[in-house]
Amino acid sequence: MTLNSPICCSMVVASTLTASECVCQLIISALEESGFGKEDVFAIHLALQEALINAMRHGNDMDPDKEVKIDYCVDAEKFEIWVSDEGKGFDPCAVPDPRRSENLYKPNGRGLLLMCSYMDVVEHNKRGNQVHMTRYKQSSVVSEKKG
Amino acid sequence: MAEIRPRVSVDYIEGAAVVRFVDEKILEEMDILALQNTIMSVIDQEDGVNLILDFGNVRFLSSAVLGLLIRVSKRVYEKDGQLKLCSINPKIYEVFKITRLTKTFDIYTDLESAIGD
Repeated sequence: MTLNSPICCSMVVASTLTASECVCQLIISALEESGFGKEDVFAIHLALQEALINAMRHGNDMDPDKEVKIDYCVDAEKFEIWVSDEGKGFDPCAVPDPRRSENLYKPNGRGLLLMCSYMDVVEHNKRGNQVHMTRYKQSSVVSEKKG
Repeated sequence: MAEIRPRVSVDYIEGAAVVRFVDEKILEEMDILALQNTIMSVIDQEDGVNLILDFGNVRFLSSAVLGLLIRVSKRVYEKDGQLKLCSINPKIYEVFKITRLTKTFDIYTDLESAIGD
C-alpha cells in the first residue's frame, strides 16, 4: 500500500546505538509505506546510519545524556531529514577525502562520502552540528556521481 | 542478559583461513570490535596467512566496517600474508566502489575462485 499524504515526524533520542537502530527502523517503515523501492531504502538507510553515528559519536561523544534531534518528512516523491547534535560542530570541507591513497588509513571521511554519494542533497549548517539530507524517489544519484 | 553468539565462523580450506560473517547487518561498534578481535587472532596465528573474508551473508554494513577492513589489511600485509574478499552482494560492492576500496582489496565473485587463485 502506498500512502499519498506526507509522513512528517520530529523526535529527540539519546546518543545510544539502540536509539539509532530504532530511528532507522521507524524511517524504513515510513519509506516502505510511501512506496520507496529497495534501492532507495538501502541508500537512505546507509546515509541515515552514517548521519546518526556521526551525530552521536563525533557530536555527542556517545554520551547517553546528550540528545540527537531528528526531523524528517517522507512524501510520494522524496525523503528529507535534519539531524542535529549538541556538539560544537565541524567543517565538512576539512574532512579528508578517503579515496586518496594518503588518507587510506585515516579513520574518518568514509561516512560523509557515502552520505554525499547516496543522497541528492547533503548540507550542513554554519556551525556544523546539523546535517540536512534529501533523496528523491528512484533517483540515480549514485550512478551519476560514481567514478 | 546480553545475547552471546559468534559473529563469524572460521574454517581452514586448502591452506586458506576462511572467515565468514554470520550477520546480515554489521553496524554496531561492539560487533565490529568483536569481529576485529577474532580476525586479528586468526592473522596472528602464523606469518603469511592466506586470509579470505566471505561476505556471502552480509546485506548491510556501515563505514565503520570499511575501517575495520583497512586495519585488517594492514595487519595481514605486515605479516607477509594475503587478503581476499569474496561473495560481496552488489549493493555492498557499490559501497566499495564509491569509497574506491575495490582498488585496495582483491575481490572475488565467490569462495571457490578466491581459494583457487
